[in-house]
Amino acid sequence: MARNVTPARKATTTAVAWIVGLAIFFPILWTILTSFKTEAEAIASPPSFILFDWTLENFAIVQERSDYFRHFLNSVIISLGSTVLGLIIAIPAAWSMAFVPTKRTKHVLMWMLSTKMLPPVGVLVPIYLIFRDAGLLDTQAGLVIVLTLINLPIIVWMLYTYFREIPVDILEAARMDGATLRSEIIHVLMPMAVPGIASTLLLNIILAWNEAFWTLNLTAAKAAPLTAFIAAYSSPEGLFYAKLSAASTLAIAPILIMGWFSQRQLVRGLTFGAVK
Amino acid sequence: MGQIRLDSVSKSFGDVEVIRPLDLEISDGEFVVFVGPSGCGKSTLLRLIAGLEDVTSGRIEIDGADATAVPPAKRRLAMVFQSYALYPHMSVRKNIAFPLRMAGLSKDEQMEKVEAAARVLNLTEYLDRRPRQLSGGQRQRVAIGRAIVRDPTAFLFDEPLSNLDAALRVNMRLEISELHQSLATTMVYVTHDQVEAMTMAEKIVVLQEGVIEQVGSPMELYGAPRNRFVAGFIGSPTMNFVNGAEAARHGAHSIGIRPEHLTISTTEGAWQGTVGVAEHLGSDTFLYVHLADGQRTLTVRAGGEYGASHGDTVYLTPDPAKIHRFDAAGLRLE
Repeated sequence: MARNVTPARKATTTAVAWIVGLAIFFPILWTILTSFKTEAEAIASPPSFILFDWTLENFAIVQERSDYFRHFLNSVIISLGSTVLGLIIAIPAAWSMAFVPTKRTKHVLMWMLSTKMLPPVGVLVPIYLIFRDAGLLDTQAGLVIVLTLINLPIIVWMLYTYFREIPVDILEAARMDGATLRSEIIHVLMPMAVPGIASTLLLNIILAWNEAFWTLNLTAAKAAPLTAFIAAYSSPEGLFYAKLSAASTLAIAPILIMGWFSQRQLVRGLTFGAVK
Repeated sequence: MGQIRLDSVSKSFGDVEVIRPLDLEISDGEFVVFVGPSGCGKSTLLRLIAGLEDVTSGRIEIDGADATAVPPAKRRLAMVFQSYALYPHMSVRKNIAFPLRMAGLSKDEQMEKVEAAARVLNLTEYLDRRPRQLSGGQRQRVAIGRAIVRDPTAFLFDEPLSNLDAALRVNMRLEISELHQSLATTMVYVTHDQVEAMTMAEKIVVLQEGVIEQVGSPMELYGAPRNRFVAGFIGSPTMNFVNGAEAARHGAHSIGIRPEHLTISTTEGAWQGTVGVAEHLGSDTFLYVHLADGQRTLTVRAGGEYGASHGDTVYLTPDPAKIHRFDAAGLRLE
């Protein structure tokens, strides 16, 4: 039965939703505003919200001092690289778990997820040593590998949930039509799972873009992505809020824009299975 | 060629044996129907032939060659699924062309064959539509089109008409039968509907709990069912069974009489009873008669004009030549 929604109730719900939304968005907004202030205005009390002298000098200093574009490029390579590599591994894995399940498939999935519960710092030293010995420290390849492994459980889980919704008859029909396993996955499964693969891809890019623990610990200068770029402004430089904000704004801007344009896809992806 | 031979084929899922070791020969060009109640293993048997399930033991031969371990794609069989299993992201044209594309045919050859199949199945004007824009019957025709373009050794149909409404089902039944006449290719068809089995098959395989109960032509099964299960499963309405003294008089544990082999009279006959329900179908009238002993209800098929109604007293007489006799184990007594 449809619930009776009165205009007053609707207005209240809308207002609450806006308040929650703004509360969540406020830190980002404040960072963006601060990035346009001078250092003095950034720490002024009471703070000014809009009425200050807007300046772009923080951005200029930040770019001059630490080469935004190099970090940006590293972030793009690392997040895209780990996502694509993750999908290449996860698609066949999710296929086999969704369509050829065994008695232990659920256990395997749980075990994969359980690796996400491990505090990363617990394996920092061994991984650091392995990376050092393999010559992967401060390399894009090294970060692609580590972020692929970190996010693989989530990619497999998401794809598994999507694939389970695809009728197995259709894949069997492809098999009867002479498709090899590869053709079955490429020509039938993947086109049917495009919405799922797309939202998995988007979510994983965001997770990889924002990942800070491994990117900070396994890089120095060459492969450092935007997370390291922000971190460089946080402690040793003293309290330069405006510059820190400018660096943060620059770092989150690409992913914020991407997220904005793909929000429908993301919401659909994240609520998949819950609402269908 | 389209000869299929099953040799001691069995299938188990875990500890459950769904197909007990069985032998079956399907000749080239034959229309064979697997029929049985749900869970009897008929679909599993078809999937074993298709290669979508692996046999637990035994051997499957297609055209004389061992196909037991051959993957489905290499068996040269085409299958039509109950759910149609069309590729939702492809147009009708691409759906039908898919097996040809997988076989590596050139674009021109693909299109030529697709057009030809579409003409046969009246799909020409729908070629550029997506499956979701088609009705159930059209979807099923696309599925059949996808099967015929590749010129398979045999067609496998897994309850292809169950999702269609009654009128369409009759039409499609005829279309499939006509297709069989014109292509003369082996067809193996699975259904739980004995009317489909009787009307379409050249040979019916009746299955129950993973065992073949009887193999024969529709009229053989109708005229001489090997046991009570087949007797009760084939024929509509189902056969009447009478046990006890009446059966003993015929030297059997139970006797079976089909509704059409009972004559009905208002004055005299072997058994007296009262009409419970009368179903008037126009061409026939089915009467459900409660016998005077109060224990049994027999179904009788009378002419369409027969005007009986609830509570009427009637007398029934079985045609002695058409009585089927069964022993205590349910097997036919000759």
